[in-house]
Amino acid sequence: MKAIRIEKDSDNIVHLVLDNPNASANIMDADFTESLRQAVRQLQGEDFRGIILRSAKSTFFAGGDLNRLYAARREDAEAFFSECQALKADLRWLETQGKPVVAAINGAALGGGWELALACHHRIALDDRRLKIGLPEVTLGLLPGGGGCVRMPRLLGLQNSLPYLLEGKQVSPQQALAAGLIQQLAADPQELLDHARDFVLANSDTPLLQPWDQPGYRMPGGDPRNPKNAQLLAAAPAMLIQKTKGCYPAPEAILSVAVEGAQVDFDTATRIESRYFVELACGQVAKNMIGTFWFGLNAIKAGDSLPESVRQMNTAPVKKIGVLGAGMMGAGIAYACASKGVEVVLKDVSLEGAEKGKSYAQKSLQKRLERGRMDQSRMEAILNRIHPTDQVGDLDGCELVIEAVFEDRKLKASVTRETEAVLAESAIFASNTSTLPITGLAEASGRPANFIGLHFFSPAEKMPLVEIICGQETSEETLGRAYAFVLQIGKTPIIVNDSRGFFTSRVFGCFTNEGIAMLGEGVNPATIESAAAQAGFPVGPLAVSDEVSMTLMSKIRQQTIADLQEEGKSVPSHPADKVIDHMLELGRAGKASGGGFYSYPESASKHLWPGLAKEFPQGEQPPFADVRERLLFAMAVETLRCYEENVLRSVREANIGSIFGIGFPPWSGGALQYVNQYGPVEFAARARELAALYGDRFEPPALLRQLEESAQQLTDE
Amino acid sequence: MTREAFIYDAIRTPRGKGKPGGALNEVKPVTLLSNLLRELHNRNQFDTAAVDDVVMGCVTPVGDQGADIAKTATLAAGWDWNNGGVTLNRFCASGAEAVNLAAAKVRSGWEELIVAGGVESMSRVPMGSDGGAWAADPRTALDTGFTPQGIGADLIATLEGFSREDVDAFALASQQKASAAWSRNAFERSIIPVRDQNGLLILDRDELVRPDASMQGLGKLNPAFAGIGEFGFDAVARQRYPQVERIEHVHTAGNSSGIVDGAAALLIGSEAAGHTLGLKPRARVVSAAVVGTDPTIMLTGPAPASLKALQLAGLKAEDIDLYEVNEAFSAVVMRFQRELDVDPERINVNGGAIAMGHPLGATGAMLLGTLVDELEQRQGRYGLATLCVGGGMGVATIIERI
Repeated sequence: MKAIRIEKDSDNIVHLVLDNPNASANIMDADFTESLRQAVRQLQGEDFRGIILRSAKSTFFAGGDLNRLYAARREDAEAFFSECQALKADLRWLETQGKPVVAAINGAALGGGWELALACHHRIALDDRRLKIGLPEVTLGLLPGGGGCVRMPRLLGLQNSLPYLLEGKQVSPQQALAAGLIQQLAADPQELLDHARDFVLANSDTPLLQPWDQPGYRMPGGDPRNPKNAQLLAAAPAMLIQKTKGCYPAPEAILSVAVEGAQVDFDTATRIESRYFVELACGQVAKNMIGTFWFGLNAIKAGDSLPESVRQMNTAPVKKIGVLGAGMMGAGIAYACASKGVEVVLKDVSLEGAEKGKSYAQKSLQKRLERGRMDQSRMEAILNRIHPTDQVGDLDGCELVIEAVFEDRKLKASVTRETEAVLAESAIFASNTSTLPITGLAEASGRPANFIGLHFFSPAEKMPLVEIICGQETSEETLGRAYAFVLQIGKTPIIVNDSRGFFTSRVFGCFTNEGIAMLGEGVNPATIESAAAQAGFPVGPLAVSDEVSMTLMSKIRQQTIADLQEEGKSVPSHPADKVIDHMLELGRAGKASGGGFYSYPESASKHLWPGLAKEFPQGEQPPFADVRERLLFAMAVETLRCYEENVLRSVREANIGSIFGIGFPPWSGGALQYVNQYGPVEFAARARELAALYGDRFEPPALLRQLEESAQQLTDE
Repeated sequence: MTREAFIYDAIRTPRGKGKPGGALNEVKPVTLLSNLLRELHNRNQFDTAAVDDVVMGCVTPVGDQGADIAKTATLAAGWDWNNGGVTLNRFCASGAEAVNLAAAKVRSGWEELIVAGGVESMSRVPMGSDGGAWAADPRTALDTGFTPQGIGADLIATLEGFSREDVDAFALASQQKASAAWSRNAFERSIIPVRDQNGLLILDRDELVRPDASMQGLGKLNPAFAGIGEFGFDAVARQRYPQVERIEHVHTAGNSSGIVDGAAALLIGSEAAGHTLGLKPRARVVSAAVVGTDPTIMLTGPAPASLKALQLAGLKAEDIDLYEVNEAFSAVVMRFQRELDVDPERINVNGGAIAMGHPLGATGAMLLGTLVDELEQRQGRYGLATLCVGGGMGVATIIERI
């Protein structure tokens, strides 16, 4: 007996104590499955009044065994299916053996943990707002395969269960009680146990059945054949496609199991769920998503990307920072940091400008307040942490200053000098530049070891990624402290080495440029935007260029040309350049200037500018797959180059950075995992094909040719 | 020599508004059909025992229309037990398919005399109430890109560049042609008024026709499919048509086919059967065809189906004197006209389903009946009836007046 201890109390109530000996949380691993098996066997021969399931950990149960799921292969489908069925047979025994079974939920019950609770007759949770209940499987490309897709619709009805299953919606105990997910709340662990015991004692005289096992049971809201549901269900797949563009197999499978399972008896539904579960778990998209959003992200949170010397560094949380420049970016950074409890001095050239920056947070918080997502006192506390000023002296005492002024070397140099004069020796000076090499900017610094790049993404309060750029002289300690700070404000750091455009700006430019180049070649602009959507990008290359503004894109290019010429290097050109120049000549720089590739009528939603047809006449259209893959390949090939040039230090950072920072499709697991899942050999062949058709930029870099020869995948192992 | 299949007669009920309050809502579909069978017998005085089979189209064959309504109706009509009855579903072309199948049976030599047609009481058995995996099973809908027909119609209009005004103008013309046809009693030979058991009249005209229709009135109607489009079906359609930035929702209740109740029946037989029973053939079934096209846009089948039928017949589009193209939606007929480059004056000369309604299972048979009547009226030779069909199919039938 390992993962479950069996105890019996003086009332002859069995306690199944969940206590995974291998980790700090209970999971549905082989130990658990085996323990449950043994417990069921043992209890089948015993007399008892009821069963209480409780956890010896701080959480109730964390969920599935992702190591096992990540390793599942199509070849083992039959064994895997049997494993699923065996586990579910034991859960089924719990709810059908007749004696009351209670889940005493003392902490988070997610995924498999919640499914375990669902197999109990009675669910009681500690009344703690931080305790989360839900089924997050879909976010990792999986479905709740432990009976969740069968029991949730039977408990709540099809329509009400879908948000939990399809979106991974998580709720607090109070919300769970209101929704009918749990039956009782408890104020403290003792009350939790008392309630559980009371329920068993009150219900052990007559056999207890789940609602769905009782005679005359009807699914709440009716089954799928009910005309009320029929209409919803006919629209549900379309609503899903609108959201996912067909890129995500998991929500499709979940919807299918929920509906198909609702039309048959419980055990048949269970088999249907297992079949879909096995299909998903063995599928590529689940591998991509588990690899990146579980293993990759966990490694980043654990600091695996940091140099050995600072990996275990103890850093006190940063209390006070400065932000220079209260424009859109500076205001967003100030807001993001203040939300996480950091005091922020927001400095601009004028007090008025600084206050305007603070009002950005004010407006956003007000909206959240009105929507009931924020309370007055928290809002005031956040705003009180933002101190607008035009005095550099007010930066005194800041442990970190983030510079977010215009992308102008001279200006950046002067604010660096001015600020360092009032900062403590140990303070870090960070630049939020998105393109200018950090080593060059650090030349203005009197302490380049403390100088680093912290590249936030707009809007900074929402975007999860921060790109940390090390200059040549940036110390490992500075890196370690900056990394800890990024984690402190709830964001995900990736570390990149200094280079023009670093990783994200460089690769993002490939996306916009590729889309713009296609327009110049005569590809239908609607097709370009649709191809991006169908590839899984959140926004099309033309739409996002309008947001960024082509003026800015052109400025960055001019700066690059000037810098490269100074270094005596040749200046690369891109077929997008002349399209951008032409749009600027036409006075269509983007959204801010009144219109670009799109028109922005006041009374209607934006639409592609009809003039595009005249300016960029459409020729014979290329295959749709080419349009779609050019966008993905342009980014993936450039990411390979970044990795090859050591701009990127790990595969996981490339993957996380591409998804969290620049919109690479999440289903792919990231820009390098895209290469892996395509297969390096096939990817290289296709890249050559695209290069022959559309330009040398698709030519496989040396690293890819090596992978091709060795038929190896990109990994951090 | 090939055996021929002749059309000896063609009759139909008037079409009643397909909702509660519609004139035929009180009449059971089995009654609509069995009364029509009785009338066919009265008019032609054949021995009902000589009828091999009764083939009826019905798109929603459940409830009142369930359990093989064709056979039930022959029994209810008091016909000889000798004849068979079969209900078939080719969605909107079921009535045409019934005729085509009957003709094929006769031409094969296996059967001599068949009644073919269709019935649909949309007021009693609403569209879609038979469920089905295509729309109602998520896995199937996701795998096949299911979209409702209206989205396909709007997609056709978007791709073809038909404006709201264009499709409304087409609808207005349908209303005007239908009104004119009724004024000159163009349907006199085929309309069988619906009466109750006392012989009291229930309905003797197509109830839906609006002689007062105007562009202004049509222009006021709301797009019928914008809502479901926004819900997600536009996105599904755009998965297959990425070149479309957005679907223009131009179709309304006014320029789409009306929801109605009705039934139709044709007497199809061999030359020998005609001789024996002393019947004079009115037309010959020349050829028939079915095709499949992209199911998402769904409604582009009429042109390829017609071309296939023309090729089988050794005819060209210009050889056809009259076309009946089912007015499921304005854009469907407009696109057909462009694709086959047919003179619009030859298409739907007496209006169509936009004005008179589309009783799903019966319409194809009604179109063929209208063709027979009008070819006789005009002393024309060839007629072609075609319909767009759910699932992306198209059906066409060519007949020749005798």
